[in-house]
Amino acid sequence: MELFWFIIIALILVVFFILDGYDFGTGIIHLFYAKKEKDKEVIAKSAGLFWDSNEVWLVAAGGLLFMAFPTFYASVFSGFYLPLILVLWLIIFRAIGLEFRSQFNFQMWKDIWDTSFGVSSLLLALFFGIALGNIVRGVNLGGFENGTSIHEPHYFFLPLWDASFSPLTTHPGVIDWFTLIIGFISVVTLAIHGANWIVLKTNSSINKKLKTVAFRLNGVLVLLTIISLISWKTINPQSFANFSDRPYLLIFPLIYLTGIIGTFFISRFKNDTIPFTFSTLIIFGGITSSLASLFPVILPSTNSIHPALTIYNTSASNYGLSVASGWGVIGLILLLVYFIVQKRLMKGKIDDMDYGH
Amino acid sequence: MEDMIFYDRLQFAFTITFHYVFPQLTMGLSLMIVYFKWRYLREKVEKYNDAAKFFMKIFAINFTMGVVTGIPMEFQFGTNWAKFSELTGSIIGQTLAMEGLFSFFLESSFLVLFIFGEKRLGQKLHFLTAVLVFLGSWASGWFILATNAWMQHPVGYEILENGKFVLTNFKALFTNPWLLPAFLHNQLASVVTSAFVVASIGAFYILRNKNVEFGKLFLKTGVIFGLISSILVAFPTGDWNAKNVVKYQPAAFAAMEGIFETEEAGAEIVLIGQPNMVEKKLDNKIAVPNILSFLTYQDWNKQIAGMDQFEEDELPDNIPALYYSYHIMVGLGTIFIGLMSLAAFFLWRKKLYTMNGILWAIMFMVPFPYIANLTGWYTAELGRQPYLVYGLLRTSEGISPNVSSGNTLFTLLGFVALYMLLGLLFLVLVGKTIHQGPKSQTH
Ligand code: HDD
Ligand code: HEM
Ligand code: HEM
Repeated sequence: MELFWFIIIALILVVFFILDGYDFGTGIIHLFYAKKEKDKEVIAKSAGLFWDSNEVWLVAAGGLLFMAFPTFYASVFSGFYLPLILVLWLIIFRAIGLEFRSQFNFQMWKDIWDTSFGVSSLLLALFFGIALGNIVRGVNLGGFENGTSIHEPHYFFLPLWDASFSPLTTHPGVIDWFTLIIGFISVVTLAIHGANWIVLKTNSSINKKLKTVAFRLNGVLVLLTIISLISWKTINPQSFANFSDRPYLLIFPLIYLTGIIGTFFISRFKNDTIPFTFSTLIIFGGITSSLASLFPVILPSTNSIHPALTIYNTSASNYGLSVASGWGVIGLILLLVYFIVQKRLMKGKIDDMDYGH
Repeated sequence: MEDMIFYDRLQFAFTITFHYVFPQLTMGLSLMIVYFKWRYLREKVEKYNDAAKFFMKIFAINFTMGVVTGIPMEFQFGTNWAKFSELTGSIIGQTLAMEGLFSFFLESSFLVLFIFGEKRLGQKLHFLTAVLVFLGSWASGWFILATNAWMQHPVGYEILENGKFVLTNFKALFTNPWLLPAFLHNQLASVVTSAFVVASIGAFYILRNKNVEFGKLFLKTGVIFGLISSILVAFPTGDWNAKNVVKYQPAAFAAMEGIFETEEAGAEIVLIGQPNMVEKKLDNKIAVPNILSFLTYQDWNKQIAGMDQFEEDELPDNIPALYYSYHIMVGLGTIFIGLMSLAAFFLWRKKLYTMNGILWAIMFMVPFPYIANLTGWYTAELGRQPYLVYGLLRTSEGISPNVSSGNTLFTLLGFVALYMLLGLLFLVLVGKTIHQGPKSQTH
């Protein structure tokens, strides 16, 4: 049961990052590359039409996590208190940027909301990467120091940063150089993904240029990936043990690799769905590889006193999990149906769809 | 410790208050949009379609606000109420997760299609998307009230040695005797809000002599919906809720009604009075003897427990706020019934559209259903104190033990600032939409 729910929730989260990921990426591209008003408008629209139905995946993942792994939910949400609230604020700024830019027709108004959309998309991509970095790095569960703990064993509290910015101290903050690297990986990946989305959904005048942009960013991504793997190994020598014990898990890193290699050939594809598929593989492979390397741990402990949180020591009762799997399956099927209906009715380029007025 | 709880509670109260401003309109308005669209399908008169699309535009702005303020609500269970989440997550997580899976997806997927898909879908399917949006929003109300009902009156659980609540009976969550009355009352109350909004925009157009055709349609529809829902909110659903409170939360009931001392021969109903917590009595009281006993038990002389019958630590901790909230809700409910009856009467006599006094009154009534809805929730939530899960888990035991008050105060201030901005933008945009009028919908 625990394993079932772990897989379901992980999949929902991955879908969230694939879907909302493209509109985060769209925001990043919007911030740096959209210059003409016509392009800005259509790019904002390609995110604005969909952000809400994409964000529901986050709400669903949150709700299911709460239901299936309440102890984990409580521990992580309170432990990462400040970054999470910042994420909430950024989500708000992004949404109102998208919804409000087209409401009044003068440049200053549009500039304000474009900036709000672009900057918060960028920061959100960074923060989500940092979050993943924190999960793989682990935290000082229980706030253990000098032989005593300040919290119950499964609670902790992290400040935003520690003056040393090092992941190797006993009290790393949320932001250190390691989690920042993962944050940059996330920004670059989502930017590639967003560029592919714009090319797929719009006829904007910068589409050609965006292919080159994606190609170059892909090079940066390779570099960052290598750096991150080396530093991960330094921080936690055990980090790849899962893959040697269970070689079939290597499928996930391979998917990541396929996505990256595919993206290098981006300019050769006539069909715009192919590059988008490759960036989807990068996101899917990246997140699943990280989770697979930890499994069954979901939050490692950096001290040896308090055990890591796993899917087994944080889960709800068996009865609860099994009734939930009943309605959960029905819910997931419905969800798939809505998703397909919506995508079919909204397929094709969206340039001419009416938005706002 | 004390101020830790204080800021956590203040932040929750502030953010939920702000959130609930929006869903109440969403839920009520989605019903009225379905109605307009249905009239259009039946009669093929263009103005009904314009009305549906006009309100969908207001709906969309409102919905965005509901979504962006709703996500912080869900997160806050984990961030500020970690201990509560840990202990009860395997129960309330069920209903919260079902809300996400069954209602939010429905609502948000089909809202896009309603707004952008009229041409691609054709009229029948377009109507169907409106119905699905309506179902989605009412389903949200159902699941969130199931969550709240469990906190007010826990059922179907077992408490383990380590203090964790585990679910033993899933069905019980939805057959909870607290749920159905609360749901019906709450949904009707949200129809009251939307009816007043629709009627007030109508009155505004008539008074300004602009879009008068629409003005009349909105006013008429608003008054009819408003009259029916205002009556149903008070009776039977309000009454039914009150009976539940006496039965399951007698201490809360005594405080709501302002009964400091138990009266042997039947309780009086208080119309006006200010709780004096030092002398434990109501100042400047105006009351009618024995009515409360009759309303509650249909027996003039039945005794109702006053606050003197309960231990200090079983009573809600903010009795004046609870008492006022309850009396404001009920008082406003009475006023709504009065105003809407009057308006309906003149509508029937075909005089309403020229009666400026009533039109002004309807136009300025808009904030009050919001206040009634919010004070209704304050009654429920303050009455539940000092417990998070009634009778079982105290509020002070539910907060995040690891988040210090400095952090909570910081985020509280941030939310206040951000929500002020949101509120301002919301008003500007809705104002602009109303100003442009329904005609601008037709291209
Ligand atoms: C337009 C809004 C509105 C109006 C006019 C009324 N109510 Fe109400 N009331 C609500 C909106 C509301 C609400 C916001 O919807 C509540 C909060 C929780 C709930 O389920 O509904 C509520 C709760 C609520 C409760 C439960 C309190 C608790 O849980 O402790 C009672 C006993 C009443 N109401 C009674 C009444 C009566 C007798 C009314 C007579 C006029 C009335 N309400 C009018
Ligand atoms: C139906 C879903 C709801 C749930 C699950 C819920 C849950 C909670 C929780 C966990 C708290 C914090 C603990 C406390 O101080 O009691 C709380 C407090 C509060 N809630 Fe609700 N609430 C819900 C709906 C609402 C609504 C719609 C409102 C009003 C608009 C509201 C108003 C309040 C207020 C004012 C407090 C603070 C009470 C105090 O400070 O004593 N709640 N609620
Ligand atoms: C603590 C309590 C609450 C939580 C955790 C909560 C959570 C949420 C969340 C996460 C959303 C965004 C959904 C999306 O992404 O589409 C939302 C919107 C919504 N909520 Fe709440 N909510 C609470 C209280 C309430 C109450 C009391 C009601 C009504 C009875 C309500 C009704 C709605 C509705 C209808 C929406 C759809 C958006 C809108 O209409 O504005 N919520 N809520």
